Amino acid sequence: MAILIDGSTRVLVQGITGREGSFHTQQMQAYGTRVVAGVVPGRGGGEALGVPVFDTVAGAVAATGADTAFTIVPPAFAADAVMEAAAAGLRLGVCVTEGIPVLDMVRTTAFVDRTAMRLIGPNCPGVMTAGQSKIGFIPNHVGRSGRVGVVARSGTLTYEVIQGLSDAGHGETTAVGIGGDPVLGSTFLDILPLFAADAATEAVVLVGEIGGSDEERAAEWIRASGFDKPVVAFISGRTAPPGKRMGHAGAIISGTTGSAQGKIDALLAAGAWVADTIEDVVRMVGERLKP
Amino acid sequence: MKLLEYQAKREFARVGIRVPAGRLARTPEEAAEAARELGRVAVKAQVPIGGRGKAGGIAVVNSPEAARREAARILAMEIRGYPVRSVWCEAGLEIAHELYLGITLDRDRRRLALILSAAGGMEIEEVAAANPERIAKLWPDPFAGPQPFEVRRLAFSALAHAPELAEVRGRLVTALVPLAQTLHQLAVDLDAVTCEINPLVLTAAGELVAADGKLEVDENAEYRHPELAAELALDLEGEDGRTGEDPYEAEAKRRGLTYVHLPGGTIGCIGNGAGLVMNTLDLVQQMGGRPNNFLDIGGGAGAEKVRSSLAMVLSDPDVRGVFINIFGGITRGDEVARGIVQSRDELGISVPLVVRMTGTNEEEGRRILAEAGIVPGTSAPEAARKIVELVAGTR
Repeated sequence: MAILIDGSTRVLVQGITGREGSFHTQQMQAYGTRVVAGVVPGRGGGEALGVPVFDTVAGAVAATGADTAFTIVPPAFAADAVMEAAAAGLRLGVCVTEGIPVLDMVRTTAFVDRTAMRLIGPNCPGVMTAGQSKIGFIPNHVGRSGRVGVVARSGTLTYEVIQGLSDAGHGETTAVGIGGDPVLGSTFLDILPLFAADAATEAVVLVGEIGGSDEERAAEWIRASGFDKPVVAFISGRTAPPGKRMGHAGAIISGTTGSAQGKIDALLAAGAWVADTIEDVVRMVGERLKP
Repeated sequence: MKLLEYQAKREFARVGIRVPAGRLARTPEEAAEAARELGRVAVKAQVPIGGRGKAGGIAVVNSPEAARREAARILAMEIRGYPVRSVWCEAGLEIAHELYLGITLDRDRRRLALILSAAGGMEIEEVAAANPERIAKLWPDPFAGPQPFEVRRLAFSALAHAPELAEVRGRLVTALVPLAQTLHQLAVDLDAVTCEINPLVLTAAGELVAADGKLEVDENAEYRHPELAAELALDLEGEDGRTGEDPYEAEAKRRGLTYVHLPGGTIGCIGNGAGLVMNTLDLVQQMGGRPNNFLDIGGGAGAEKVRSSLAMVLSDPDVRGVFINIFGGITRGDEVARGIVQSRDELGISVPLVVRMTGTNEEEGRRILAEAGIVPGTSAPEAARKIVELVAGTR
């Protein structure tokens, strides 16, 4: 078992003919993801990377039974593309685009909330269910099917954690990169209950960073819900000065909210283990997994 | 992108929000002219940072001659590093009461929050900390905007703690409804993440006037507001190009690099991915070193970007060693390694370099580094310890 995606997930790609879109779609196909359609307005009736291309998401869904969208279009068009996917009745949307205006995402998340679609991203590395399917940027070689769920804001640290868990032989169920923007489709709070309900997931790694209060809210949920799987957390940005945007639009300490120490304290108080390095994350997971 | 006071007020006025009469002056003579026209005025430095009053950047004058003199003084100032390029000369108001009306992004609710308080004129965060009951908030539907009944509810709630306004309460609430709706629409139209009137002055004549304002436009949406960005660049750079920003960060912007300067640090830090670089800085500090910067080369960077990044980091003479931390995904280790070796030779880098490299094409990358005499590591903490030791040894 796993969460969000597995070998049966039928993926359509919005932006399949773009430079990035086409490269990453090929990587996904090589990994085994079932890519069933592309959507490019004005290119309907054509073909790309061996799958049919449609003008609209609704058209692609009707013809191919796609249930999940991978959105990789430029920032000015991304919000509209996500809403189109949600309106077409898809179950899941993964948007990797970086640089979407934040008020576009305020409208888009409100729109998506009124549909059945769950949105991951934007500005995220995507989702990987090891050995079955991946959507997004996570490198094909890092994952290995196993026992640990991963949820993270940063892309590269997601890869590091996956690689570490794989090398140590623990492996992953599903790794979810939720993204580094201030307004996200899904936060830690949305993903943790999925891991709670997934029998195959025996422990969870949570990789947070400075900015906002998603980690604190996740900690509160862990405490209040009686989440009984070990959680090992890692927070980056301890050296970040207040008021500076550290690469990610959302990674900024403003006033008294968003500091790394506040997040670490909240997670420790909720009974999570907090590691200082990725190596320690892997070691702590190993110590807490049942033999 | 933080707009200057005069820009914010011009945007307010454009949508029908009342502001005090004022003129922008870039020379002492223009300030004198404004005073001739408006009478008694406040001469206010236009800088994108708070605390200008305390720094002596605001003067109230009674004559054109005094306006000329004070403007000359203020225009020669630098306020917390920002050179003053212009002053806003503004007529005074007869203040009966000061309120606060603002809009800001609420990440947790994923909405804009509309905030009203009868305690205006001070930082809203301070009011929130000391008297949270004096602040009322509303999270309008992003498609419908704030409805009149919602604003009325907000206003009655905020005014419940202001007995001094009890007499004018009804009229005030009626006036706040269109004002709040207009301000929300302005925030949406300008992609503002902060759009704040503070203080919102209730005058002796019973009018609501935006006496000061803060407007911050989302950086991701700058492309939709090129005229504001261009105007702001002109205001901040002037003729000498000095922006008041950290000069290293200004240079990085010109080079198109994602860079944050931590002045006084001795170890340059470069990596791919924002989280990874933040973690790189954390590791350096954990091992007892002081990071000098954050530099994210992003995904898929080639040799040229590596070279530009190294040159950027080393432009601060405080940097006595560089830690490069690469996790190859889209980024290829061999490309980065070639970039590092080339840069070292071409830029004549003599300070210690420590490279941690793993992921795509890592073997080839490590071989290139090793052949050039740079020892690559696979563990990030070990590499961090090593650069800290090497830099300590160069003292």
